[in-house]
Amino acid sequence: MSITLFGTAGSTCTSLVLTTLFEKQVQDFVLKNVNLAKGEHKKPEYLKLQPFGVIPVLQDGDLTIFESRAIARYVSDKYEGQGTPLLGKTEKERALVNQWLEVESQNYYPVVSSIAYQLVFGPRRGLKPDEKVVEQQLEKFEKILDIYEEHLAKNEYLAGNFFSLADLSHIPYTYLLLHQAKKGEGITSRKHVKAWWDKISSRPSWKQLLDLRAQS
Amino acid sequence: MASLMVYGKAYSANVTRVLTTLAEKNVDDYQMVPIDLLTGANKTPEYLKLQPFGQIPAFQDGDFTLYESRAIARYISDKYEGQGTALFGKTVRDKALVNQWLEVESQNYNPCVWKIVFECVFSQMFEGRPTNEAVVKEQLEKLEKILDVYEAQLTHHKYLAGDLFSLADLAHIPVTNNLINVAKKGELFASRKHLNAWWDDISSRPSWQKVVQIMQAEQQEQK
Repeated sequence: MSITLFGTAGSTCTSLVLTTLFEKQVQDFVLKNVNLAKGEHKKPEYLKLQPFGVIPVLQDGDLTIFESRAIARYVSDKYEGQGTPLLGKTEKERALVNQWLEVESQNYYPVVSSIAYQLVFGPRRGLKPDEKVVEQQLEKFEKILDIYEEHLAKNEYLAGNFFSLADLSHIPYTYLLLHQAKKGEGITSRKHVKAWWDKISSRPSWKQLLDLRAQS
Repeated sequence: MASLMVYGKAYSANVTRVLTTLAEKNVDDYQMVPIDLLTGANKTPEYLKLQPFGQIPAFQDGDFTLYESRAIARYISDKYEGQGTALFGKTVRDKALVNQWLEVESQNYNPCVWKIVFECVFSQMFEGRPTNEAVVKEQLEKLEKILDVYEAQLTHHKYLAGDLFSLADLAHIPVTNNLINVAKKGELFASRKHLNAWWDDISSRPSWQKVVQIMQAEQQEQK
């Protein structure tokens, strides 16, 4: 057993890595809980692994790697021969997976995480939501979702007719938006976005993640 | 007749990220199609067919269209794997570290630097308002902490992902050029010995020098 993942099942970024491990049928790893409430992620021992002081970080033997999207790529690469192929099979498929991974990273995530901060993470720390920011971000989100709707009307998944890491990378934050921030109308009101969301969020890998959260 | 097309303008760091990758892989045979944000050329129906988010760059290889500069850079590295500089290392482990620092650039460095550059240089041009100094101050504080991590990394490694130059270093060049040479925040680098040495090294690579010439030629054409 060579893999140790530092993080929490409740964290969106750790969840991306966990779901990728499950999708690749990797069960043989250890999840080491990082106590955020006690500031464990800011202590010297943790900062040696992840100098930016955030979760998750993965150790595989003497390789330490952080940034959830990079860890997910590593898991997809290392376990290429098993589980779901996540990065595309041809040069063009790989390019489209990368394109939509970047769309998530550069367009989707900044807007959704801003809403999540206002409505979920900030209030946990006693902060009051700024309704103006939420409104502005939701407006931006509507425009982004219009593009997704048009694209998913012609493609079953983001990179084409196959599920990939590009779809998977959207799951944790979209789940949080719907179930914790309660701002999912943009997703549920668009026929093809909703169908895509229903399909990807009912995958066994995500169900396994939710079970793990329930147990934690 | 080039089958590779890059849509955009060289004043954009996202566009020059792609141009630098092409140069690093010794790919000369491409055409630039000007799409100027200032004229709204990125919002025409024809352009939105290529890049539905209305951003630059977009890229075509024959009839294959791609967007997002970091994805385009990956595609070029893939397609031209056999020539130019190896941009992802040699092993799965090397590649993991390149991907890690690509994400650090994407998630930490770029958003922070872009906010500073936008406020200091582009707020008037694009939003008709002066610099918001409070935003600059907040982002500079964040950036100082980020650069401390970079300094520590580069104290022990010549490049971000290890001993060899990679796409992770390249991805930083255009925005860092904006930060230092356009927004005039060079002191952030000058005060960090190894970070500064890294910047001198990567910004003097022939690939970036070539792109600087493209940027200057474009500026000349505008006059």
